[in-house]
Amino acid sequence: MHEQRKAMATKIFKHLQTSVVPLPIENIDTDQIIPARFLKATTREGFGNNLFRDWRFDENDNPKEDFVLNHPTYSGKILVAGKNFGCGSSREHAAWAISDYGFDVVVSSFFADIFKGNALNNGLLPIQVSDEFLKNLFEAVFSDAHAEVEVDLENQFIKIVSTGEQESFEINPYKKACLINGYDDIDYILSKKALVEEFEKQTP
Amino acid sequence: MGQTLFDKIWDAHVVSSNEGFPDILYIDTHFIHEVTSPQAFDGLRDRGLPVFRPKQTVATADHNVPTWDQHLPIKEELSRYQVDMLTKNCAEFGIELYGLGHPYQGIVHVIGPELGITRPGCTYVCGDSHTSTHGAFGAIAFGIGTSQVEQVMATQCLLQQRPKRMKIEVNGQLQKGVGAKDIILYIISKISAAGGTGYFVEYAGDTIRSLSMEGRMTICNMSIEMGARGGLIAPDQTTIDYVKGREFAPKGEEWDKAVAYWQTLYSDADAQFDSELYFDAADIEPMITYGTNPGMGIGITQHVPETASFEAKEQGSYAKALNYMGLHDDESLIGKPIDYVFIGSCTNSRIEDLREVAAFVKGKHKADNVTVWVVPGSKQVQIQAIEEGLDKIFEAAGFPLREPGCSACLGMNEDKIPAGKYCVSTSNRNFEGRQGPNSRTLLASPLTAAAAAITGKVTDIRSFLQQEELVS
Repeated sequence: MHEQRKAMATKIFKHLQTSVVPLPIENIDTDQIIPARFLKATTREGFGNNLFRDWRFDENDNPKEDFVLNHPTYSGKILVAGKNFGCGSSREHAAWAISDYGFDVVVSSFFADIFKGNALNNGLLPIQVSDEFLKNLFEAVFSDAHAEVEVDLENQFIKIVSTGEQESFEINPYKKACLINGYDDIDYILSKKALVEEFEKQTP
Repeated sequence: MGQTLFDKIWDAHVVSSNEGFPDILYIDTHFIHEVTSPQAFDGLRDRGLPVFRPKQTVATADHNVPTWDQHLPIKEELSRYQVDMLTKNCAEFGIELYGLGHPYQGIVHVIGPELGITRPGCTYVCGDSHTSTHGAFGAIAFGIGTSQVEQVMATQCLLQQRPKRMKIEVNGQLQKGVGAKDIILYIISKISAAGGTGYFVEYAGDTIRSLSMEGRMTICNMSIEMGARGGLIAPDQTTIDYVKGREFAPKGEEWDKAVAYWQTLYSDADAQFDSELYFDAADIEPMITYGTNPGMGIGITQHVPETASFEAKEQGSYAKALNYMGLHDDESLIGKPIDYVFIGSCTNSRIEDLREVAAFVKGKHKADNVTVWVVPGSKQVQIQAIEEGLDKIFEAAGFPLREPGCSACLGMNEDKIPAGKYCVSTSNRNFEGRQGPNSRTLLASPLTAAAAAITGKVTDIRSFLQQEELVS
């Protein structure tokens, strides 16, 4: 069976420069990112249509004008949000929805653990920045909606292009290699399958 | 130097540890359900892989299932499709399924413990963040995403970085009317919804020790609500007594060997934690939440905090939460009329929870303005409740006992709280829209929820208990 299987590449991420979408709200939980009633799909596609559903549309499915995704001024492949982004449920659908909508990076001053892992497993890069950098980033985009941000994964920095302010960010070296090369966790563990079987033999 | 309980269990499950890589952690049992598994099964099919250890995989249908007329086909098409898909996938990959109609069906975090699948010293994962519940037995248990569900299906292992360790001690005597749910809501209100992020928590102290297994599960269940991946409690005689004799618990000689091992599972006296917190049980009141994350909780006699008491950058989010909840600065919640009461979820739907509620509501009737849903955590809990006559007590009080499932905790089935309505809920999350679009959730203990059902208002359970003592 092992020999027949296909290797699964994840999405590759190296470098990005784009404008950003600001969402300066703290504790954005995964129920806001994708409400539970939209978790009934059995494939990974299409969740972007319901990203931030109840903030984005009213009860008659009309777009709410005051929500940033409906605002014609803001666009880009980077979502910038307040601290403790992605708290709550383990639903990977949250990462799928953000990615499916078209974002490649989420920036916040703090991420919930499970969300961070889910994002990395889907080629969506979560970048944790300082409170100060986040504040300056929001200021930059609110003074110029087209302000661009550069993300360099290889060199692990994020930069506000207009001001030149830049900050380095942390990422697990293994996960970094996965993103840059499109490696997949399952391929890695399967390459150690003999160790797993050995472990099982030794453990009652 | 001594080791923490967490490290002892983790080290016993490390298959491979390489510098610069997360550990490969062996998973003893993988729980799956209908919502977070279909894409993982598809992934296996795409790769041409089997489930590596199907006998260490346990499946049930819980998130989508109706809690009334469960014997009929599920009406909602997408829910039915998802549940049918689980049945099909389990058959194809050789996994035992406790589906609808099975005597073991129920909320995944209720059935694992009650069947004796959950045991001390083991590792458990599930595509559900409340997997932390199983930590109550002195196990490492945590929620994972669907890519990781696929990973565990394919390898029975998980690539995982060792988290930091936190100890939370609670000591002292609890007030009457205050229970496990109040303890955990109190802790989260003190350290915030992000205070445990990056940590695995060990709960300790004589107050925790004095709790039943059900109470300990309630505490560990909500570890994720402070951001911690999981929480655990060292096993003791209470744990051993609970596991003994259950369906899949070890028997005979195996049992004796298991117990001897479990008795080695505790944090050594000189073990180092990355963070330690201490709380006094006497400070804890019956708790209730007023906001839109579980950290926004107060003692029931306290008032909603003032917006001005927060840092400037937090005030916008705070005002948004109060506006959503229809509450204002400095408001007292006692006496506030409510519309729904939900007693259920993986936090509070075990037999002990139902007994506690039944003992309180016996001879009382719900207020006219309130709809009450009592949803048992499993088929076994439901049957036991009926055998003990609890269903008759509930019915006389005006709230029939429903059938098992996740229900109004997240409203994936028909059990949704309507827009703008207030629900006092024994579940675990008060996020915007969690119980239905624009619903307003007030998290509380089963006793506080029951008191609200009777009065139709947010009520201090202690005032009831005092009156009843005076009468008796």
